[in-house]
Amino acid sequence: MRIPCPYCGERGNEEFLYLGSAVLERPAPDASAEAWVDYVHMRDNPRGPGAEFMQHVQGCRAWLIVRRDTLTHAILSVAPARAARGGGA
Amino acid sequence: MNGAQPMRLAAGGAIDRARPLGFTFDGRAYAGFAGDTLASALLANGVRLMGRSFKYHRPRGPWGAGAEEPNALVELRTGARREPNTRATVIELFDGLVAQSQNRWPSLRFDVMGVNGLFAPIFTAGFYYKTFMWPASFWEKLYEPIIRRAAGLGRAAREPDPDEYDRSHLFCDVLVIGAGPAGLAAALAAARSGARVVLADEDVRPGGRLLAEAHEIDSAPGVLWAERVAGELAGMANVTLLARTTVFGLFDHGAFAALERVADHLPEPAPHQVRQRLWRIQARRAVLAAGAIERPIAFGGNDRPGVMAASAVRAYLHRWAVLPGRRGVVFTASDDGWRTADALLAAGASVEAVVDARPDPPAALMRAAGARGLRVHAGAQVVGTHGHLGLQAVDVRLPSGSSLGIDCDLLAVSGGWNPTVHLASHQGAKPVWDAALAAFVPGRLPEGLAVAGAAAGRFTLAACLADGAEAGRAAASACGHAAAPLVLPRAADEPAAQAAFFHVPGPRGKAFVDFQNDVTVKDVKQAAREGYRSVEHAKRYTTLGMATDQGKTANVVGLAILAEATGRSIEATGTTIFRPPYTPVAMGAIVGHHRGRDFRPARHTPMHDWAAENGASFVEVGPWYRAQWYARPGEKGWRDSVDREAEAVRRAVGVCDVSTLGKIEVVGRDAAAFLDFVYTSMISTLPVGRVRYGLMLREDGLVFDDGTCARMGPERFFITTTTANAGRVMQHLEFCHQVLKPAMDVSFLSVTDRWAQVSIAGPRSRDLVAMLVGPGVDLSTAAFPHMSAAEVEVCGQVPARLFRLSFSGEMAYELGVPADFGDALMRHIMQVGAPLGLVPYGTEALSVLRVEKGHPAGGELNGHTTARDLGLGGMMSRKKDYVGRRLAERPAFTDPARPILVGFKPVDRGQELKSGAHFLDPGAEARIENDQGYMTSVAFSPALGHSIGLGLLARGRERIGQQVRAYDPVRNRDIVVEVCHPVFIDPEGDRTRG
Repeated sequence: MRIPCPYCGERGNEEFLYLGSAVLERPAPDASAEAWVDYVHMRDNPRGPGAEFMQHVQGCRAWLIVRRDTLTHAILSVAPARAARGGGA
Repeated sequence: MNGAQPMRLAAGGAIDRARPLGFTFDGRAYAGFAGDTLASALLANGVRLMGRSFKYHRPRGPWGAGAEEPNALVELRTGARREPNTRATVIELFDGLVAQSQNRWPSLRFDVMGVNGLFAPIFTAGFYYKTFMWPASFWEKLYEPIIRRAAGLGRAAREPDPDEYDRSHLFCDVLVIGAGPAGLAAALAAARSGARVVLADEDVRPGGRLLAEAHEIDSAPGVLWAERVAGELAGMANVTLLARTTVFGLFDHGAFAALERVADHLPEPAPHQVRQRLWRIQARRAVLAAGAIERPIAFGGNDRPGVMAASAVRAYLHRWAVLPGRRGVVFTASDDGWRTADALLAAGASVEAVVDARPDPPAALMRAAGARGLRVHAGAQVVGTHGHLGLQAVDVRLPSGSSLGIDCDLLAVSGGWNPTVHLASHQGAKPVWDAALAAFVPGRLPEGLAVAGAAAGRFTLAACLADGAEAGRAAASACGHAAAPLVLPRAADEPAAQAAFFHVPGPRGKAFVDFQNDVTVKDVKQAAREGYRSVEHAKRYTTLGMATDQGKTANVVGLAILAEATGRSIEATGTTIFRPPYTPVAMGAIVGHHRGRDFRPARHTPMHDWAAENGASFVEVGPWYRAQWYARPGEKGWRDSVDREAEAVRRAVGVCDVSTLGKIEVVGRDAAAFLDFVYTSMISTLPVGRVRYGLMLREDGLVFDDGTCARMGPERFFITTTTANAGRVMQHLEFCHQVLKPAMDVSFLSVTDRWAQVSIAGPRSRDLVAMLVGPGVDLSTAAFPHMSAAEVEVCGQVPARLFRLSFSGEMAYELGVPADFGDALMRHIMQVGAPLGLVPYGTEALSVLRVEKGHPAGGELNGHTTARDLGLGGMMSRKKDYVGRRLAERPAFTDPARPILVGFKPVDRGQELKSGAHFLDPGAEARIENDQGYMTSVAFSPALGHSIGLGLLARGRERIGQQVRAYDPVRNRDIVVEVCHPVFIDPEGDRTRG
């Protein structure tokens, strides 16, 4: 599998660390227990497109949001997580 | 020479008659020539019995002449290099080659297991499931050993593989798979356009079928054209040619796996030469030009040695100048099969008859045959064969229904060609049935892959050349290379029709579909009758296509019979799923260098060599090798060394290499705020020059890692992690920053490898450190108390970082120097510390000291414990948000009944504690609902003179002074222990702070 890193270009998936779903936002510290349990434990397992966190550990070490189709393995888009979450690039 | 090789033709073939080679098969010596395969050389010597079949132990000879071979499997080489199930048809002959037939006892010609044929009724489809059902215990003891002996393939070597294997990567614009006419044309077209081309072929020579046929290109032998094109490609800088290389798998996004047999054609690899190399080829475009495989026809006794693929007969005649038989019969359902009759005649053999299952073969073929005086039986079928260990005669059923016996020693069979579609289907797309072609062709193609030539169902030479050139041009053009003009060579384009004819009704004797797994037409029909209608179910029930050849010759015939038996069309029946690898790949090649000590990279600290010189035994901690203890002469076992080292630290001073601890610089305007977020305790209030013990939680509230955090400047921190978690902590920090706190100004740098670091611990540690850093540094407790940090110099010249930290409970320091100085630092410390009674200590003594001090480590930081469980609840700040805070508050984690860290001593002080023992109330039954916790770490304490332990015990703190059972059914132990405070030594901490 090849993943186009926005900083390093197209690289093999073995350079990346996979974390899991990138759909959820960390709740506020005083959010309900249910919100926190959802955030920490509950994950959808989509058949088709989904967004996932991956880190280019053997490259630029950027955390990325990789949109990937779990059915076809097509990579739909790759974006730096920091910029997507409102931080600097 | 031909006297010794009775079936070798006097002239011709791509063999080097000037280079005779000697080899043995089943202990008998034979001679062949350079360019032979084991199969061609044996056939040249008149040997066609090469193996026994899997279930029925029937005599078998080669069916084919290539990678698809189901029958001629042998054990190659001896000793540690003995390799089972190698195909004699693709083993390149070398001088001194030793091969043995397999799956026979006591000999190939006389095999007592041949009686399995008499038990055929129990060996039919599903016999595993039906015959050996009950009782279950019989399976392991009785059935399996018997089946293993009776049915099976070769024996693997018992010794470790002495050879090296390699893994390499290639990147290209266009990968061309197969160097036959289509592949060569594709590679040439792409390469002349300027594309970076990789051309891989499993054979040692380019040409594919051209090597086996008498085809002409531009009025010259086709092999000459192949050599000329390969020569041109070899001279181009943008082309990589990989011979002896099988592209065996297509994976996501244009990644191909290929196996190059670098030294399999040699008796053994040359020094420093790898035996095989696994290539990962990343191609922007690929052209699959893998050709086609001729399929058999199932009829009675179609497995007898001497029954061969018609295309293989031509290959033996043309490429190896070997006559596979003197009196041939051709049984065909395709136009192509007729060529074999011509080839046999040209080689001087007799052709007794051409039996074409089709009622009206093309008139042109009939006319040509008539001109040669060939006897033709159209609409006839071979129904049975005769002969003991090889073919002697065939029975032909004529259209009239009458039967005709024909004496012959060779039956060339052509059931038509199956395009080699495997790689086109590795991504899940199924091939589709082309009724006009009577074959499966590739279906929806994976992105970037084109199929050319016979693999696409284009069976004439002219079509292959044109198809390949166009595919190569298109692939190069898709990579941005403008097409270069290419003049196609002239080649024959005669029709090559074939019929969908797969088996002969009413066979006499067993009619095999899958030769290697001994699956017959009857088995397939029986599976259909018993309800295994799905092709995938029938496959598993009959084992059709599940042998080492993966049904390359069997599958299409098998599913056609299944289609007929279930009253469906072939397209409705469909194929099974194609999976990599195309041909078997040795585990050694997949593993490459990553075996034994090289299973993963070994990390050595800068002081490793010094430690090795000083008697260290090493232990693997993550990727690191750490000194476990330093044995001295006279010490009888590791405990002697560890006790001495731990005592020396408590009494005088010891030095321990702690370079493996993860070290991370955290820098930035928001560094302090960020660390507040990842640690449970408040870091922002830490003054410069001070250190704090820090605990990180996972977001689920459990402890993730612990370490120290030193403030080196207002916006600069130096944190340490455990050895095992160093990489994960770095990833965690980067995640927390980039994803959770993206607006913060903070950066991280892993400096684990930049600093060599030692711990200097013991009552005399301050004296030793003073000698190292010189009089300019005030080490008094007032100036540099416990939990201090400073930048200093060692020996007045080496920049260093000094921390006053203790893991042992003694007064202790950690001193870090740039890694390059680590070795010199250690040698210097040992020299200046000698008068103080300094000893080096390893991780084992480190562990004893920390258990005595009640510090949690690996056994306690086990992913199941909370900060409260470890007695560290006080470190959980209530003034801020941090990772893990919210779920650490969930009721289950704050339940006062949760097991908590306490210490343990055996009531009988002579007894030894073991970690893993579970705690029970005295008198309670040993049941899970009575479980009170478990022992996490133990040590023999030289200071106390007995075994001590740390463990997690329900309401442990309330039970100090009480007794519980430490119950350990795994090791059959059950002892009484006393609960105590987890800090065994100096609970007030006076020594640490002193």
